Amino acid sequence: MPANARAVFPFSAIVGQDEMKLALLAAAVDPTIGGVLVFGDRGTGKSTALRGLAALLPPMRVVVGCRYGCDPDNEDALCSECRERAATGALKSRLAPVPVVDMPLGVTEDRVVGALDLERALAHGERAFEPGLLARANRGFLYIDEVNLLEDHLVDLLIDVAASGENLVERDGLSVRHPARFVLVGSGNPEEGELRPQLLDRFGLSVEVKTPTELDQRVEVIKRRDEFERDKVAFTARWKRQDDQLRRRIVAGRKRLSSIQTPQSVLETAARLCMLLGTDGLRAELTLIRAARSLASFEQAGKVDVVHLRRVAASSLRHRLRRDPLDESGSTARVERALTETFGP
Amino acid sequence: MNFEAEAALTASLFAVDPHALGGVCIRSCANPFRDNWLQLLRDLLPAAAPLRKIPCNIEDSRLLGGLNLAATLRANRPVAERGVLACVDDGVLIVAMAERLSAHTASLLCNALEQGEIHVEREGLRLRHPTRIGVVALDEGIAEDEFVPRCLLDRCAFLLDFAAVTARTVLVPEHERSQIDAARALLPKVTIETTFVQALCATAMALGAGSVRVSMLAVHAARVLAALDGRLAVTQEDAETAGRLVLAPRASVVPQMNPKDAPEDTAPPADAAPPAEQPAPPQQRAADAGDSPPLRDESSQAPAETPPETPQEASQQPPQPSPADLQQMQDVVLAATQAAIPSGLLSQLRLQGGAQRAAGNTLGRFGALRKGGARGRPTGVAPAGAERSRLNVMETLRAAAPWQSVRGRTGGKAGRLDIRPEDLRVTRYKQRSRTLTIFAVDASGSSALNRLAETKGAAELLLADCYVRRDQVAVIAFRGRVAEIVLPPTRSLVRAKRSLSALPGGGGTPLAAAIDSAALMAAQAQRRGESAIVVMLTDGRGNVARDGRLGREPGQVDAMSAARKFAAAGISALFVDTSPRPQDLARDLARGMNATYVPLPFADARSLSRLVGAANSRRPASG
Repeated sequence: MPANARAVFPFSAIVGQDEMKLALLAAAVDPTIGGVLVFGDRGTGKSTALRGLAALLPPMRVVVGCRYGCDPDNEDALCSECRERAATGALKSRLAPVPVVDMPLGVTEDRVVGALDLERALAHGERAFEPGLLARANRGFLYIDEVNLLEDHLVDLLIDVAASGENLVERDGLSVRHPARFVLVGSGNPEEGELRPQLLDRFGLSVEVKTPTELDQRVEVIKRRDEFERDKVAFTARWKRQDDQLRRRIVAGRKRLSSIQTPQSVLETAARLCMLLGTDGLRAELTLIRAARSLASFEQAGKVDVVHLRRVAASSLRHRLRRDPLDESGSTARVERALTETFGP
Repeated sequence: MNFEAEAALTASLFAVDPHALGGVCIRSCANPFRDNWLQLLRDLLPAAAPLRKIPCNIEDSRLLGGLNLAATLRANRPVAERGVLACVDDGVLIVAMAERLSAHTASLLCNALEQGEIHVEREGLRLRHPTRIGVVALDEGIAEDEFVPRCLLDRCAFLLDFAAVTARTVLVPEHERSQIDAARALLPKVTIETTFVQALCATAMALGAGSVRVSMLAVHAARVLAALDGRLAVTQEDAETAGRLVLAPRASVVPQMNPKDAPEDTAPPADAAPPAEQPAPPQQRAADAGDSPPLRDESSQAPAETPPETPQEASQQPPQPSPADLQQMQDVVLAATQAAIPSGLLSQLRLQGGAQRAAGNTLGRFGALRKGGARGRPTGVAPAGAERSRLNVMETLRAAAPWQSVRGRTGGKAGRLDIRPEDLRVTRYKQRSRTLTIFAVDASGSSALNRLAETKGAAELLLADCYVRRDQVAVIAFRGRVAEIVLPPTRSLVRAKRSLSALPGGGGTPLAAAIDSAALMAAQAQRRGESAIVVMLTDGRGNVARDGRLGREPGQVDAMSAARKFAAAGISALFVDTSPRPQDLARDLARGMNATYVPLPFADARSLSRLVGAANSRRPASG
């Protein structure tokens, strides 16, 4: 896997940027939160964090020979090939790393959705489907750097697949459908262009990162980066313990997730907050609760409380405020105001 | 150190470690000095290091690599071809006319710099190539709206400006290749004390050279300087020089030092004066550009996001090792850096301008690509018809592949791919006609008295409408003697709103200048292949002539002549009369501009936005 092949800056060694780290961890514990959007200044370690997260994720069980990495224990989400396999006997499985698939800039559509396998077509005259990035990202993360520079026709594709969890391919005389459930992770610089509202909606959490303004923090960023560049192996080894610990907490958090209680009072507070902010639809409320629960689980709390809610409120809601394009700059402030009103200062 | 010596030193530094230092951006027209500099770089780099020049409009398939058509057809299976980025691994990529680089291509370069490798998913191929490259961006920008994309500048350690070059300027190498090689070998062992890292960071913050990445580059430059000098530890002098080379050209605020430890005794070396001799680049550029694109001056920077840190704040950060020393160190580095900043600072700081113009850059830059039929954004593939378009090789092969076995039997040559006309596939491109809406807002005294707030309100309504239609917007404000571009074309409505609300009022009404300025910007947009619409928000009482003379009579005469010129250019416009009651003056002017006239009292949200929509749809017919 790329994560192991290349030295990746350890997630735990990232200085500051707590909101971003929290959001990524919450999404790692509960993928149904639905993706993280990281918007912010240049050079704030957006991609570093996202790549670091890949190295943190515990391996998952996949069906042997499945091109879509199907989960043998989840019959409903099997691809058609695995269904056939399952019909003839028990599915064999193996452990595999969680895919963290990069959608590189300049990607062409055939590589995203998949296309006719040219090699087999030319050599054997076979019409076979060659899966694309969406297939590879199934059950993992799809990472799009500079998401706001993505070409429109690719955005169209993503918007549909991200919502349905299924990729429909109708091209080159092929008709294929396969599962493509992934956590969408995007990063970008808002000054370079805004995101289509529909795509914005696909992200469960959105965080803003800023250049650190404290001298000490900056110095620390540079020192660690420098150490890393000089000896990647030693640096990674030095942070291994912290990274391992995070990984264990993610695993424990996932296991505990279903048993976390969400008291009625917390649900009510969440509803009140969303009403106060006038967010569209139920998605905001749902995401808010899920994120709070994921955080509670990650932090080994027995139940969700309002403090959890408050900590994830800004990232869950700031991109879901009723779309007043002119008040974008104030959306964080608006959430903060509503939070103070709901929870007290 | 004069600038030619700095240029030579920069070449040495960059040659030691191109990838970690990211790049050099050279603002200069094509001249022998720049050629010499590039030759010097070639001489200093290892002989085996590739050095390649690419045009700014290079296609993705060449930059990233893709399918090798000839080999694919020969081999009957997909054969990959390396792109330019992969080919210059461990070498340097020179980007010609980097100011014309699209945001997309710039991002590809940044990615290669950042990751040290590229990941390609194209044309049925999946490739990974190391790309430990350095970039030399040749910036030949002259006009205000031409500059290298910020994301790339942010990853270039050095920004050189050869504006001061004369025919007699000579480039004297500072080092020989053997010294560079020795430094390269030494570099991994060079250490830097935390105090110097702190000093450079504090300096960067004090100068408003915002990104952490830039501080990182400065730190690395200091280490390279030490290595070049054969030392294993960074000295104060290295840190000073690194600050001067990396940070000074990015200064966006005037650093203020504590008056008590003013720099007289500590710093600027006597030979730091030469920058003052440099002609002020933006002004010169403006002069070159001909008739009056309004200049940005200090007041125009008020609404920009200047970094919040003041040097005082920066120096108040509790430094751990002996505060007094550190404070002194920071001041010394700051002083040395500052000495490299030309006098008359703010008006000359092109990067500050860059910060303001950044958004306009990224999305408005595709103009050149727009010419000709088969351009724009690819939106899909279609069988080739009569229309001339670009062949999509991959899709053509895909279309042909399933038939090969059949065709092989019916007469195609064995072992050869048989492609027939019906297999040909072309890429369809969509030319999204981008619309730029230019707001020219009257912020003069008369307007301010009346209803600047309402004018702003009206502008905001229209802005919301632009958002729905995903237009770009720009804001020109006119008051006092000049019309200035408060916000260059951008799709960021937030910025538009911010620039509007920060608009101060008062002064005369330079209506002629405003109309000229709007016409110029609209013409620029049309050159980029965009359509433009101008929304004038004014009471129409021009009282400042083109030459800045005050007076109702000349002001109005000039305004009318500007209006006629505007109409002659065929630009569609909406004239919103903001005076308390509709008046002939404004109506005549609107007629002169061939603009739709709307008196504000009757302009509520819906009718305004409907009018902009109408003006827009009318445009193709009229222009």
